[in-house]
Amino acid sequence: MQNSVIEVHQLYKDYQTAAGPFPVLKDVNLSIENGDYVAIMGHSGSGKSTFMNILGCLDKPSKGEYILDGHPVANMEQNAVAQVRNKTIGFVFQGFNLLARSSLLDNVALPLVYAGVDKAERHARAKLLLEKVGLAKYLNSRPNQISGGQQQRVAIARALVNKPRLILADEPTGNLDSTTSEEIMALFAELNQDGITIVLVTHEADIAEHASRQVRFLDGRIVQDTRTKEIGMTTTQPISEAI
Amino acid sequence: MFTAMLGEAWHAMGANRLRTFLTMLGMVIGVSAVVLMMAIGQGAEAAVKRSISAMGSNLFVVLSGPPTAGGARSATGNAPSLNVKDANAAAELDGVIGVAPVTMGKAQIVFGSNNWNTDIIGTTPSYLDIRGWSLSDGYAFSESDLRSATRVALIGKTIAQNIFGDNIDPIGKTIRIKQSPFVVLGVLDSKGQTLDGRDQDDTIIVPLTTAQRKLFGNQLPGSVRQIMVQAESDNTMTMVEEGLNSLLNQRHNIREGAESDFSVRNLTAIANSAAETTRTMSLLLGAIASVSLLVGGIGIMNIMLVSVTERTREIGIRMAIGARQRDILLQFLLEAIVISIVGCLIGIAIGVGGAIMVNTITKAEIIISVNSVAIAFGVAASIGVFFGFYPARKAARLNPIEALRYQ
Repeated sequence: MQNSVIEVHQLYKDYQTAAGPFPVLKDVNLSIENGDYVAIMGHSGSGKSTFMNILGCLDKPSKGEYILDGHPVANMEQNAVAQVRNKTIGFVFQGFNLLARSSLLDNVALPLVYAGVDKAERHARAKLLLEKVGLAKYLNSRPNQISGGQQQRVAIARALVNKPRLILADEPTGNLDSTTSEEIMALFAELNQDGITIVLVTHEADIAEHASRQVRFLDGRIVQDTRTKEIGMTTTQPISEAI
Repeated sequence: MFTAMLGEAWHAMGANRLRTFLTMLGMVIGVSAVVLMMAIGQGAEAAVKRSISAMGSNLFVVLSGPPTAGGARSATGNAPSLNVKDANAAAELDGVIGVAPVTMGKAQIVFGSNNWNTDIIGTTPSYLDIRGWSLSDGYAFSESDLRSATRVALIGKTIAQNIFGDNIDPIGKTIRIKQSPFVVLGVLDSKGQTLDGRDQDDTIIVPLTTAQRKLFGNQLPGSVRQIMVQAESDNTMTMVEEGLNSLLNQRHNIREGAESDFSVRNLTAIANSAAETTRTMSLLLGAIASVSLLVGGIGIMNIMLVSVTERTREIGIRMAIGARQRDILLQFLLEAIVISIVGCLIGIAIGVGGAIMVNTITKAEIIISVNSVAIAFGVAASIGVFFGFYPARKAARLNPIEALRYQ
């Protein structure tokens, strides 16, 4: 198995504005090992979200190299990138981003549709994950019928349904109260203990503390990189108690 | 995968029922208009074709005249310039398979207390073959009736109904034509109306000789009003027409460049031009109906574009969790196709229903062919693909990041 799941070398990103190119990321270098739990911190405008989008293959760097799981993303063709988003990466967003018209079961099963999994197995796996995040009762509910914390758990279930090696979470607790945030963080900790690499963007220090490693962005550069726990050493109470 | 997408398309359509219905309505109206117009147009075409074949195929009629008396021309057919010998000579021409000299007039007929005024046609037995006219009852007169000028008659359906009624069998009965007694040998099959609305069944056919000697008298012995000539096939029509002209000019001693005392008319050409007119009409109707199909297609495109914009965020989410461009393309394309196909099926149902209603109300002939329905269906489905493709491609080419940020 590859030792680092993410390798970033001399990454630059400019946005085109009316006043000319505006640099957002300047010479970012980062390597994230398999099984790590990394919090990316910074003020708004520090470039952390842009960095996250590049890690998630949703955006492309202007310059520099991004190697995911040993493969340079720049060389991949579009369908291969879509497959990476489908199978290697699980996304969790601040705004949950569930499909409002679909049931929770269908929401969680959606990535499997694009993976070509047949219907019976799609539903079985989606159901299992909804049970795991404690929402077995709401299989056929719509996202607007449950709370924000529950919606975020559905989103996490969706991110997990295709058994990714990497979870990318962009301010996953940004829309949640502190109690609910703790529950979600406990869920992440448990996933990390299962061996899934987690990269989490946040601007809250107490959320970042749950991670094993804190990387701080300022004005498009990494200014601080601290390891607080060994890889795989995240400790937190078991998820069942948290929920 | 495909069934899942089809389910999603159905789902999306159900999410905004009024809009889906209105979009579909464009398709429904277009398709039903095409199906209905084609049914009416093809029906009219068939009716015209039937009256052409009722007239007989590959026909010429040679009319006598126009005669000139002191510089004033009178109507064609009035001067007795044609006679039976002309007809016999015409029968010898290459490519001619049938000739029937015809003389005609109006006469009062009487049976019992009923009387009727009708057209009397005096002709030879070959007339029925040339016109493709058969008998519904009885039998036709023969060459020997022609030779001996017997008083026998074949009567049309209209006559049978009007002077015999439904209860009397006309065969063998004696009717009076211009006071002379005639035995009814047969009843002619119904031929319906001519293209100009004349009732062809309001006719009595008698042997030519009988008509000449016993009904209408004669200015010149053996003269006839017209000669019907049937050519062997469509291809020999031109040859036969030229042959007829030169033969009759020669027989009538008409010098080159001088005006003929007869005229040859191509009845089939006249009928064909009538058929051509109806065909043009039905094409025109179809074309107008197709415009509404096009408008319906544009409606689908319009709504799909709105739908793509509205669901930009959804598209972003789908891309973020691994949808490929072609998955998104397929999703929106399927939605457009499902809308147009469902609209098309409803349209076919309404079009067929409308055609049947038109038939019941106006008695106009309609033809609903599998072809026209299949064409409407095919065109509608391709309109779905054609007009659905651009919005679907627009959706598929969205940048995932921008789509996700879209509010």
